[in-house]
Order: sequence, then structure tokens, then C-alpha cells
Amino acid sequence: MSALLEVKDIGKSYGTVQALQGVSASVGAGEVLCVLGDNGAGKSTLIKILSGAHPHSEGTLLAYGEARTFRNPREALDLGIATVYQDLGVVPLMPVWRNFFLGSELTRGRGPFRRLDAARMREVTRLELARMGIELRDVDQPIGTLSGGERQSVAIARAVYFGAKVVILDEPTSALGVKQAGVVLTYIARARDRGLGVVFITHNPHHAYPVGDRFLLLNRGTSLGAFLKSEITIEEMTALMAGGAELEALAHELERPRP
Amino acid sequence: MTLTAVAATNERRKRQHPLVTLLRRPEVGAAVAALAVFTFFSVSTPTFLSPAGISTWLYSASLFGIMAVAVALLMIGGEFDLSAGAMTGTAGLIVGVLTTEWGVNIWLAMALALAVALLIGAANAFIVMKTGLPSFIVTLATFFILQGCNLAVTKLVTGTVAIQGMGSVPGFDQVRVFFGSSFAFLGMDVKISIVWWMALTLLATWVLLRTRGGNWIFAVGGQATSSRQAGVPVLKVKLGLFMTTAGAAWLVGMLQLFDVSTVQATTGIGQEFIYIICAVVGGCLLTGGYGSAIGAALGALIYGMTLQGIVFAQWDNNWLKAFLGGMLLLAVLVNLYVRKQTGVRS
Repeated sequence: MSALLEVKDIGKSYGTVQALQGVSASVGAGEVLCVLGDNGAGKSTLIKILSGAHPHSEGTLLAYGEARTFRNPREALDLGIATVYQDLGVVPLMPVWRNFFLGSELTRGRGPFRRLDAARMREVTRLELARMGIELRDVDQPIGTLSGGERQSVAIARAVYFGAKVVILDEPTSALGVKQAGVVLTYIARARDRGLGVVFITHNPHHAYPVGDRFLLLNRGTSLGAFLKSEITIEEMTALMAGGAELEALAHELERPRP
Repeated sequence: MTLTAVAATNERRKRQHPLVTLLRRPEVGAAVAALAVFTFFSVSTPTFLSPAGISTWLYSASLFGIMAVAVALLMIGGEFDLSAGAMTGTAGLIVGVLTTEWGVNIWLAMALALAVALLIGAANAFIVMKTGLPSFIVTLATFFILQGCNLAVTKLVTGTVAIQGMGSVPGFDQVRVFFGSSFAFLGMDVKISIVWWMALTLLATWVLLRTRGGNWIFAVGGQATSSRQAGVPVLKVKLGLFMTTAGAAWLVGMLQLFDVSTVQATTGIGQEFIYIICAVVGGCLLTGGYGSAIGAALGALIYGMTLQGIVFAQWDNNWLKAFLGGMLLLAVLVNLYVRKQTGVRS
């Protein structure tokens, strides 16, 4: 089966700064690709290329097997590649259903009598959230009253409803506690089971490993390799991310001198 | 984490009492206050409930109400307009000068005044959106410019600070049917501006709660960045809001001009804050993203009732300002409390 989204030897330079170089990875339907790396590893640059915020300057980007260069986020979105950013794009004081449909409201009637189809939007919101396993008592509550994990999940459900085939999640768990991160991981698994390709960006191997099928490890703008789950253990991954030898040297340095 | 655990976290959210849900409506505080003020003056002075009394305070409330509703929409959209008061004067003065001094057709003069008002509104919006400066500062500047021009230009053209002789302008009586007439209703002499006020309040409420545009107004005021990401045309929405406020200022200018057939160069100055106070008393948050058109109309009703009630009761007029300040403080405290009750996390 061909990949939904694939990058080959992709790279990006901003002026003389090489932000990303020679990175290859792919994600297929019903798969989770985890992109791991420390701060400054090039994760954000890769997201920007995939989501269409910045075009790549080297290599090829294949969407559904076809070479593309996204010039703006709209182009990526039109191909069903949706990005859920850390700030989630929600308006805290507005009800959940109004947030769910913000910018793409359902309407009834014509001309000056065109009005919101509130009943249908409420119903669709409730249904779509239920399909992601989120049971809300009241879709009229302000979205700001939901927990961070729930808000993240609403954002994912929203992307899926509006036709996303690939969902790119920018550090969805990094600001969350252990339990809330667990909630989000559950929804990622659910989106995967519904046949979506998920690109999950994180710096936490403990979040990535349980849910990921493929792992792309980045360090200082280059790839440390792309692995299938069967090819790597969580310990190896952690060690690779931290720069293996460096961490060992650090461990020696931090060790207490024996009396 | 299993799904039962997810459901369990939901159970921790307290079920809200229906009364709390009702109190969450932004206009409820203003409705209670309006009822209290109404009862108070009804009891303390007999003139207040007479047909003449009612039509007087309703008329007073209507002029503030039209502006308060427009300003409320703008505030929900996250912006202020301090030039709205002076703009009512500008609109009236343009029509007055064009018709009485230069003999321009009255309908044409009104269209020109509307065009100027909308242009000023659009200019406010563009400067605010393109520079990212707070609208408070930008429209404060517009306010002073308008205040100065209103006086200086009127003096330059007419030699005085007021327009006289509007009544003898050809076509005045025709226009007056729409902007300065009144009709009998239940023994009251109801001014047409009250009809405008009620119609616009209903229209604004419908737009806010039941249209896409309304959804976008709440969104751009609540979180402009998120709205932009979701595909809401932020600039267009704010442009529309500033121009709506300007259009409302024109309407109020016309209603005043055709009611008394004269206009002072100082008309409207100092009223911009009253519009904002009415909107805030009606439940609008100063930070945007929350509020109600009906609430703003009720805020104006409270103001109109108090303004005239104090006169009927023959008290010192200065109490009005003290009352207004107290009312504002109370409203802001109630809003703060309500916002905490809804439990919105930042």
C-alpha cells in the first residue's frame, strides 16, 4: 500500500542556515508516524513543510504518491492534510459546538435569511465527539471549561470531520499531565483505527513508543534514522535521542565521587 | 487510560443548577437592574408612570440604545470606538451645513453624511488592524479630530456653533416621517426612534446568535489568532463592526436632527463612554468575545429611566453621574463573578 504522505531526502534552508537536511519518512493510512527530537532538532521545520506553512527547498514531498510543493496551509488542507497546533485554534469563551464549526458553519435558508443550523451543528458535534470517545454532557458549555486533553481531542475530531486524511499533531502532549496525555494518546489510537494517517510530533519517547508504528528521530536538523517499531526498543530510542555517547559522558560526570 | 476513566473525569464536573445556567446569560444582570430601577422610580414619583413620562424616558433610552447596541457588537468583536459620540454630531452637522448653507438636496446631504461616517469607521478599522495599535488609542485620536472639526468647521461656515433653520429646508417634512415623527400608542406619544431602537436590537440579536457573521464576531473578539487559523476573515469582520458603529452614529445624528430641527457643534461629545457603560452594564466583557445586544439595550433603558427619573423626582441632576459610576462598578463585578462561574480556563 502506498503512503499517504512521504518525504524523501527533504531539506530546508533559511538563508545560510540549514534547518533540515536529508530527512526521509512516510506515513500510511491507519499508521502513526512519531517524529522525535530534542529542542532545535528540526521538528518544527518538518511540520512547517508538511502543513504547507513553508515550502521545502530540497528533496521531494509526496502526497498520495504525487510530488508536491505546498505554498500555503490551504493547499495542504485541500488535500486532506490538517495540522493541529499547540494553541489548538479554539476560542475559550465560545460553546463547544460553535468552536467545532468555526469558519465552516452549517447554514440554512437563502439570502438575508441565511442562518446557522444550530440544531444540526449541535447534533453533529455530539456525534463526532462520541465517535472519538468523548462524552460531553453539554455541547453548549464554553470550550474553555474542557481540560487540555479534551480540547486537544476536540481539535482532532474537528480535523477528521472536515475531511482530513492525515492529521499532524504538534506536541499535543507536551503541556499535559500524565493522565491527560494518556487521554490524548487514546484519541490518537482511535484516529489511527479509523484509518487516518497520524503524524505525532513529540520529544517524549514514553508518549511516542506505545502508540507509534514508525519513528523518525531527528537531531540538529538531520535524521538519526527512521525505524519500524520492531526495529527499535524504547531504551535505544531514548539513548539515540539524547545523543548516546554524550549522555554516557554526562552520566559519568554527574556520578558522585566514591569516598 | 480506558474510556471509563475518561467518563469518570467528566463526572467530576458538577451538574449545574438551571438557575446558574440562566444567570450565565449575559443580559440577566441588566434585566434585574432595569426592573429595580423601574420599580424604584415608579414608586417614588407619579410622573414616571404617566404616558408622557414613559414616552420621555423611552425616547431618551432609544437614542443611547441604538448606539449601545452597535458599540456592544463592536466590543464583543474585541474593539472600542471612542469616536462614536462625536460622530453623531458630525453626521448631523454635515447635513445641516450642506442644506442650510449651500442648498444641497436633503436626501443627497444625508447620503453624503452617511458616506463620510462609514468612511471614518472604515479608517478607524484599517488603522487599528494594519498597525495593531489598541482601538482605544486610535479612536481616541479620531474623537479629538472630530470634536475639533465639528466646532471649527461649523464656526467657519456658519459663524456660530449651531445650525438653525433646518425646518425651512425643502423636503424636511418628508424626511421627518422616517426620523423625527411620532405616533399615538396606548395614550403615549411614541417617537419613531423607539421603533428604530427596538428593530435594531432585535436585528443585532439575530445576527449575533443565529448567523455566521455573529459567530465570527464572538470568535474574533474571543481569540483573533484562532479565528484566523479557522479561516475567519478577521479584517472583514472588524471592518464591518466599525462601519456598523459609524452607521449607527449617522442614524442617531439624523434622529436628533429631525426631532429638534437644530444641531449643536458639541452634540454627542462625552456620550461615547455612556454607550460603553450601557454595553458593559448589559453584560459585555471589556476584553471582548462575550456580551449581548439585548443586554446593551437594557443598559440604555436603565440609563434613560434614571436620566429622566431624576428629573421627574426633581432631584439634583448631579446624582446621575454618581449613579452611573456605581452601576458600572456593580456591572463589572457581576460580569467578573459570572465569568468565574462559567469556569473558563484561560
